[in-house]
Amino acid sequence: VSNAPLATDAPRNIVSPFAAPATGSDFAARLRVNSEYIVIPLFALLIAAALFALFLLAIGKSPVDFVAYVWRGGFGTAFSLQNSLQRSAPLILTALAVAVPARIGLIMIGGEGALVLGGFAAAALAIPLVSGHAPVTLTLILMAVSSMIVGGLWVGVSGLLRYARGVNETISSLLLTYIGIAIMNFFVEGSLRDVSNPNKPSTMPIGEAYMVGKIPGTQVHWGFAYGVILCVALYVLMTRTTFGFAARVTGGNLRAALAQGLPVGRLIVACSAIAGACAGLAGFFEVTAIQGRANASLAAGYGFTGILVSFLARHNPLVIPPVAILLGGLVASGGLIQRRMDLPDATVLVLQGLIFVVLLTSETLYGRFAVFRPTGGRDRT
Amino acid sequence: MNEPAVLTVLIAMLGGAIRVSTPFMFVSLGECLTEKSGRVNLGLEGTLVLGAMVAYAASYHTGNPWIGVLAAGVAGSVLGAMHGSICGLPRVNDVAVGIAMMLFGVGVAFFFGKPYIQPQAPRLGSIPLGFWSDSASLKSALQVNPLFFIGIALALAIAWALRNTRWGLVVRTVGDSAASARAIGISVNFVRLMTTTIGGFLAGVGGAFLSLSYPGSWNQGLSSGQGLMAVALVIFSRWDPLRCIAAALLFGAAGAIGPSLQSIGITQGYYFFNAAPYILTLGIMIATSSAKHSARDMPGELSIAK
Repeated sequence: VSNAPLATDAPRNIVSPFAAPATGSDFAARLRVNSEYIVIPLFALLIAAALFALFLLAIGKSPVDFVAYVWRGGFGTAFSLQNSLQRSAPLILTALAVAVPARIGLIMIGGEGALVLGGFAAAALAIPLVSGHAPVTLTLILMAVSSMIVGGLWVGVSGLLRYARGVNETISSLLLTYIGIAIMNFFVEGSLRDVSNPNKPSTMPIGEAYMVGKIPGTQVHWGFAYGVILCVALYVLMTRTTFGFAARVTGGNLRAALAQGLPVGRLIVACSAIAGACAGLAGFFEVTAIQGRANASLAAGYGFTGILVSFLARHNPLVIPPVAILLGGLVASGGLIQRRMDLPDATVLVLQGLIFVVLLTSETLYGRFAVFRPTGGRDRT
Repeated sequence: MNEPAVLTVLIAMLGGAIRVSTPFMFVSLGECLTEKSGRVNLGLEGTLVLGAMVAYAASYHTGNPWIGVLAAGVAGSVLGAMHGSICGLPRVNDVAVGIAMMLFGVGVAFFFGKPYIQPQAPRLGSIPLGFWSDSASLKSALQVNPLFFIGIALALAIAWALRNTRWGLVVRTVGDSAASARAIGISVNFVRLMTTTIGGFLAGVGGAFLSLSYPGSWNQGLSSGQGLMAVALVIFSRWDPLRCIAAALLFGAAGAIGPSLQSIGITQGYYFFNAAPYILTLGIMIATSSAKHSARDMPGELSIAK
């Protein structure tokens, strides 16, 4: 059921239970083992980049130009770097929406739906509050909470269905994404449409006064900071608390968890709800820091890129921010690439898909290299 | 013709069911075959979109829509073969690879499909089965694409082959117990590679229907989850190709509710009715799954439904 890294370590220990303490310090051994989780994904990125370079050559474009434009558009200047950080904010939060359920052995891909509905909930709640001139801070807090509740419910349902009815969570979460987008469209084009805006069906703008500001001294909105804080908090929750331990046991071995009397159902629903709340918060920031209203632009694909971010980070919350910045830069440079290299805007999608496929293929490499064994490969069986 | 509104809606739904169900039919037949061998390909959504794009492009350049259908099948089988060979490696998760293939397929389709959004490609012709009727709406409802009948014939053929041929036995053995299959000398990975490739071919053809018949144009919003719903539909049809046809028709009818109501002027809740197929899929999955035991008739090696 699960592809969490936890379960994959088990067979090695069963084969040679006495091999571990043979040489070197505990720390050196751990470093050796863990470096595998860094080297192999980086190797996969390299292969994907090489394949993409071949693809560009095949259609007559220069890979060198491509790299140069990604650098300029994503990281090279202070402006582009801040743009990338800004775009990485929703990616961090939607990646968390994949990473937390992954720890309990679920592949949830409903981040896009939770983001859209979370953003919509915030914008809808803002309509009465803004017209009633409610205090800004209170309004924003209420909006954020409602986003998280709606997002949490949306993905939590997938978790509940998984536990209570055995419904495959990957399919149900993606179906709920389509339903969520349809619900938003229903209201945005219907009863909640701002009729004074003839161009694009949207809700009423929340107004400049109620927008979330930038982190002082930067052009990056607060969503980025909250995303990073949440990453640390969820890392602590999943690795340093009883809750996280119970969740990881459930993800590693469901039967063992049941035999131990762990509240498996509650753990699954809780992890799913946390995931949805993160993605819902991403929607809140998209509405209050970027768009200013809810419309179809919310479904910009951040939820799907977030899946890739989480897999690249091996579902480790602490690794998510750097990976999200990397992919945020890639997304941010898309416009420049499109203009300067005359490539379609889907170029970034192709590269992302390629990275994802190669990355998952690289899963097969784990445990094959003696270099990463704690005892230098003597226990190879 | 002044038919009562209910009849208009029902006729529109009949026509819609035939039209909308065809891509569901092909994707679910392909997925059914793949799952029979014990593997899940969630990437068929990407295959569907890529198939639609390739079919449209090939039809535009050659002027023959059937070459487009064939090209879509080939493109789909390339994606299927990719999925099949990657999942043949040890420790690779087929559900996750499916998600990646979905994003990859959609990306490639959008990348190469950009120049084909504007031009008009020759479309597949339909067989007018409504010639006996005077009703214009019935006539238009019974404009049936040949692919619909090809799909039904294929379902019959696959159902027969799975039950009665050596090849079908091999696929079922691999799907029910990989260990037993290995013990009698069957290459499990090869069989799964084949079924995934054929499944990809069928899904690609389903995509060709989308762009060459109904809705009959290529754009980036052409498919929104049909490929995924077809995967869910296989679970509902309990891995039986014939039931896949019935389920596809049901889904087609559900998908046709929104446009049918629109045809008599009910536009209220259009987006709600657009969501009807997703809600139906989810409802069916909830109703047919169980937490206590695995689904009936499920291939033993399948990872998707526990």
